[in-house]
Amino acid sequence: MTVILNEGDAAGTTGAASGSPVDAAPEPEKAMTRGRLVLIRFMRNKLALVGLVVIIGMYLMAFVGPLLSKWTYDQQDYAAFLEPPYADHIFGTDKIGTDMFALTMRGLQKSLIIGLLVALISTTIAAVVGAAAGYFLGVADKALMWVVDLLLVLPSFLIIAILSPWFRGKSWWLLVIMLAAFQWMITARIVRGMTLTLKEREFVKAAKFMGQPARKIIAKHIVPNMASLLIIDATINVGSAVLAETGLSFFGFGVQSPDVSLGTMIGLYAESATTFPWLFLFPAGFLVVFVLAVNWVGDGLRDALDPTSTRVRRKEKKTKEKAAA
Amino acid sequence: MAGFLLRRLVNYVVLALVATFLAFTLASATFDPIGVLQQRNPPPPAASIEAKKRDLHLDQPIPQRFVTWMSGVVQGDFGRTVADRPITDELGRRIGVSLRLFLLGITFGIVFGVLLGVVSAIRQYKFSDYFATLFSFILLSMPVLVLGPLLKLGAQGLNDAIGSNVLIFVGEATPGFQGNWFESLVDRLQHLILPTLAIALGQIAFYSRYQRSSMLDVLGSDFLRTAQAKGLTRRKALFKHGLRTALIPMATLFAFGFGLLVVGGTFTEKIFTWYGMGDWLVVGIGSQDANITATVTLFVAVCVLFSGWLADVLYAALDPRIRVN
Amino acid sequence: MTTSEIQFDTPATPATEGPVLQVEDLHVSFPSEAGRVHAVRGLSYHVSPGEVLGIVGESGSGKSVSSLAVMGLLPSSARISGSIKFQGRELIGQNDAELSKIRGRRISMVFQDPLSALTPVYTVGDQIAEAILVHKKGAVSKAAANKRAVELLDLVGIPNAVERAKAFPHEFSGGMRQRAVIAMAIANDPDLIIADEPTTALDVTVQAQVLQLLETAQEVTGAGIVIITHDLGVVAGFADRLMVMYAGRAVEKGNVDEIYQQPRMPYTLGLLGSIPRLDVSEKQALVPIKGNPPSLTDLPPGCPFAPRCPMVVDACHTAEPPLVDVDGSAEHQAACIRTNEIAATDAEGAEAAVEIFGAEVADEPEVAKIPRDQRDIVLELDQLVKEYPVNKGVVFKRRVGTVHAVAGISFDIREGETLGLVGESGCGKTTTLMEILNLQKPMGGEISVLGTKSSDVDGKRRFAIRRDMSVVFQDPMASLDPRLTIHDCIAEPMQVHGYAKDEINRRVPELMRLVGLRPDQLSRYPGEFSGGQRQRIGIARALALEPKLVVLDEPVSALDVSIQAGVINLLEELKSKLGLAYLFVAHDLSVVRHIADRVAVMYLGKIIEIGEVDSVFDAPRHPYTQALLSAIPIPDPVKERQRERIILTGDLPSPANPPSGCRFRTRCFLHAQLPPEKQRQCIEVEPLREVQAEDHEAACHFAQIRQVL
Repeated sequence: MTVILNEGDAAGTTGAASGSPVDAAPEPEKAMTRGRLVLIRFMRNKLALVGLVVIIGMYLMAFVGPLLSKWTYDQQDYAAFLEPPYADHIFGTDKIGTDMFALTMRGLQKSLIIGLLVALISTTIAAVVGAAAGYFLGVADKALMWVVDLLLVLPSFLIIAILSPWFRGKSWWLLVIMLAAFQWMITARIVRGMTLTLKEREFVKAAKFMGQPARKIIAKHIVPNMASLLIIDATINVGSAVLAETGLSFFGFGVQSPDVSLGTMIGLYAESATTFPWLFLFPAGFLVVFVLAVNWVGDGLRDALDPTSTRVRRKEKKTKEKAAA
Repeated sequence: MAGFLLRRLVNYVVLALVATFLAFTLASATFDPIGVLQQRNPPPPAASIEAKKRDLHLDQPIPQRFVTWMSGVVQGDFGRTVADRPITDELGRRIGVSLRLFLLGITFGIVFGVLLGVVSAIRQYKFSDYFATLFSFILLSMPVLVLGPLLKLGAQGLNDAIGSNVLIFVGEATPGFQGNWFESLVDRLQHLILPTLAIALGQIAFYSRYQRSSMLDVLGSDFLRTAQAKGLTRRKALFKHGLRTALIPMATLFAFGFGLLVVGGTFTEKIFTWYGMGDWLVVGIGSQDANITATVTLFVAVCVLFSGWLADVLYAALDPRIRVN
Repeated sequence: MTTSEIQFDTPATPATEGPVLQVEDLHVSFPSEAGRVHAVRGLSYHVSPGEVLGIVGESGSGKSVSSLAVMGLLPSSARISGSIKFQGRELIGQNDAELSKIRGRRISMVFQDPLSALTPVYTVGDQIAEAILVHKKGAVSKAAANKRAVELLDLVGIPNAVERAKAFPHEFSGGMRQRAVIAMAIANDPDLIIADEPTTALDVTVQAQVLQLLETAQEVTGAGIVIITHDLGVVAGFADRLMVMYAGRAVEKGNVDEIYQQPRMPYTLGLLGSIPRLDVSEKQALVPIKGNPPSLTDLPPGCPFAPRCPMVVDACHTAEPPLVDVDGSAEHQAACIRTNEIAATDAEGAEAAVEIFGAEVADEPEVAKIPRDQRDIVLELDQLVKEYPVNKGVVFKRRVGTVHAVAGISFDIREGETLGLVGESGCGKTTTLMEILNLQKPMGGEISVLGTKSSDVDGKRRFAIRRDMSVVFQDPMASLDPRLTIHDCIAEPMQVHGYAKDEINRRVPELMRLVGLRPDQLSRYPGEFSGGQRQRIGIARALALEPKLVVLDEPVSALDVSIQAGVINLLEELKSKLGLAYLFVAHDLSVVRHIADRVAVMYLGKIIEIGEVDSVFDAPRHPYTQALLSAIPIPDPVKERQRERIILTGDLPSPANPPSGCRFRTRCFLHAQLPPEKQRQCIEVEPLREVQAEDHEAACHFAQIRQVL
């Protein structure tokens, strides 16, 4: 797999900054650059586009929504216990009269923040450790591979669950760190594999033979050339982090009260799914739709960024079918 | 070849030991069963707390506790719970409950996942492919903790429509059920269907995505063209040469898929009130019981490693390139 | 090879009258990101029974696509129109079931890449037997098919066929796999064999074996053969007729002799003129065809070759010229409005190309006028050794042997000189190169660059040496970081070595001009350039630090011939202008003859012959050099047919377990003819390099001159 990408992504800025082109003026008739090509390809993928809109919409809703609602999550409406959705409480209420919309938005906020933070931290660690392990090999590499193997046997879910009594009552930040600490290994292994391939690529050898030090080769040639992988992975990791958080919170091993997340809500209301479905369906629905949107965007990015993608044919066929219909 | 598999097995046994040791150590270090005891009302007398500490070997350093516990395990004694009941008594039944779920889940998952993936790949960009893709995307975005209650909800609707309890979603058998073996089997089946679905659907989605992409890789391969050039019809070439080769990478996924299964199983057991190993883990962590936690971890490790080893065997059986080396 | 056991029914008699294959006005197009690619545009040709048709063209000319269309193996997204008649029967529009009865039975195909052409999970024998069983179900038992598979393997020259039939494809070398594919292709005695670049992925010695095998296959089956290639040399001695393709169309058709001697289309002329000739000793001018093949998504009106043609006139842009008879013969057709003017020139073939395209020979560099032994030594290798451990086991690796990749080689390169290092893949030339470039202390022997020994340099000194030695790699697609602009690519070595920013900004455009590119393209990315242009950028980067020595690792082998000539010319020009020394690693001996002053031939980690290039090529002493030279086809049908070919048997032995004494003896034709007592010497005593003539050494106990060109 060759993953190449030019301008238009954040991860590659280290390399491009070190020399300004002589011809500062860009040519107007400049051929389609990869950045634009990627954008066009991504925009053509309707599902990914929908996913992106959904994700942005959800972040907006989670933070702006509560401001628009007349109820807050810690307020009880003593006139409405266990009411199904109606005009006053659009998501209904629970048995103590909490407005489910306000509560769901509160949970969504926490889940989305945790997802984003965990993905950013874990992908960064993965890029650094994976690239270093792959480039230098040796003991560090062996240790990494072994830890990844171990993690397969001892799922991170188990470890965090075991540790949960210890961070009970402490800040949710601890959960973010725990999740990130156990989510980077698989990506690091992929990064390591790609580094091994990139290391054999001739432009890396050329840099080495002109005397470029290893540290700079990693920063200038290796990491930027994995930018697309890292972007895709960070995206997917947002989804996995949210899923991991909800899973743990479901059992009470994750986010602790008074904080609320989608996971704690689902855990709390799963029993009521058959009797008071709205209690369960709203948080569950937000969770599924968010993860689905993330997966679509991830898939769309993969297609757009990976030049060996076979979807080209699909695109034409799709438009053809549309024309025929 | 046999030597290779033997070496892998040894490697796995070491990994399982390390994983169990880690779980035991982490649990012992973070759990505080005495604290739970002390919070009882009325507080137990100091003497019985001291006795409890001795019973649980809390006066020993953790590595020594592990050695004590492990030497018991080797002789078939997994120690006692905090409530002072022998773990071994419950172990067999719980393993039976969990394995029933896992084995069915993974069998359905692989068989239907592979089938779905192949159909999807061969009929790429046709309606069935889009449908399968949508199906697996939604399921991959839907954790068991959402899928389980949804299945319950659906089953309730179905039961209401039929007017009798066809699908039962609490427990693994009706308590105190009286009847002949056939009625008893039907009763168990009625309990089994939903949890199995909850596990299998995710597995089907997982395997079908990978089978699809592995099959697509093969679809463009030169050897498939050669097979057709020999005079095989496309269909025959696809199945005899394509599918056979596309199955190879699936073998390596087997171990990873099993890890997912174990975590999914924990949720399934909780949601459908099955008293299996997953449920036990939650109980163990809830009662801050290191022995239960370590026992479940050992079980998980053995399961994952056995599936990993099975994957090695399968891989060797499928791929002559591995076999000869 | 014995054909006695194998029954091929009536080889000489054709099944029906008329051509086996008749293609009329074939069009094929594919969807792509940029629009529809019209890969084949109105192609017509025919193949008579027992005839060999060569289809020649560069990558993207539509030659492979047209043959896949014949087989009905194009992806479903392809749009096909026109007519393909096989033995009078229309193939276009037939369904898969119908076509599969013809495929492999009446028409069979040999593909380019033998490494991926066989299914990895079935044995070679089973795959050949399958080819028989699929068409003769019921009539042939499984056991009989297996037996026949073994016979076929034996026929295609695989030793110990009974055993080898049970082997899996990965246990076969590339050459052996290609033989197995050919065995499959002739299994059902077809009437037409299509060979799509059957030798491109193979070494020259193996290429010669496979070509000979195809000739044998043609003899035993009596089939018509379509051989597709980009190499005009390959088909010169083999094909009866030739069709040259450009931009999806046939631009010239005719008998082989006529096309090589009187090409009537400028593109054919250019192709002929761009090939370095192995049989020409004085410096021949290579004809570069400027520009690149056109994009097939939307072609402008007019002749598609017009933008690259030296003879272009306004009329060329108005309409695409049809194929017309030339020289009054219906056998020879060309698609050019100025064929008559080409016919009017006195020169023939490649010479006419030089005249029309106006190619020049670069001057000798100034330093070359100083006698060799008075010039400085730029690079010296003294008994260099490199070994690799052979490990076994996936988890716990253990060492089970040693690969003697480089087994004590010595040579030197002087200022302003080019040494060509040649040999088959696996001979150790790349390892040698990497050892030189790594500048670490070798496992054995010594590497000295400009008098500094690599064994006693520290990091600082090594860094300084890197300034004097640079490298150009084979693959122009992989040698430039796709994420850097061209400016940054070329500037990188100067940044590393601490040049001032102003200096860099002044020098980068200068370097661009030096390699024949426009400096206004500096802000672009490598992906926007063609292979030839990227290779020029790679050369510019290599020259950035004004090195004394440039190491070139197969710098032109990934390029199309028409582009290759331009890069070779550039390298020669730079050498003359800047007085550079080159270490030129290549497998293509024609290129080496053209560019090198001296040549070293490697076999299994040893240099078996070294010396002044004309002396080695005209009077080779070592049997391996002789075999290597004789295996290379010459783009001249008359010469090709008269040449005697030395076919080496088997493949390169494993460097983990090289033969005792002379490493070449297991494949040596000379050794095979020697009396036993002399053979003992080859087996027991390793031959050392001995002086054969002035600046010419060879390592053979029984070295004797044999002319093979």
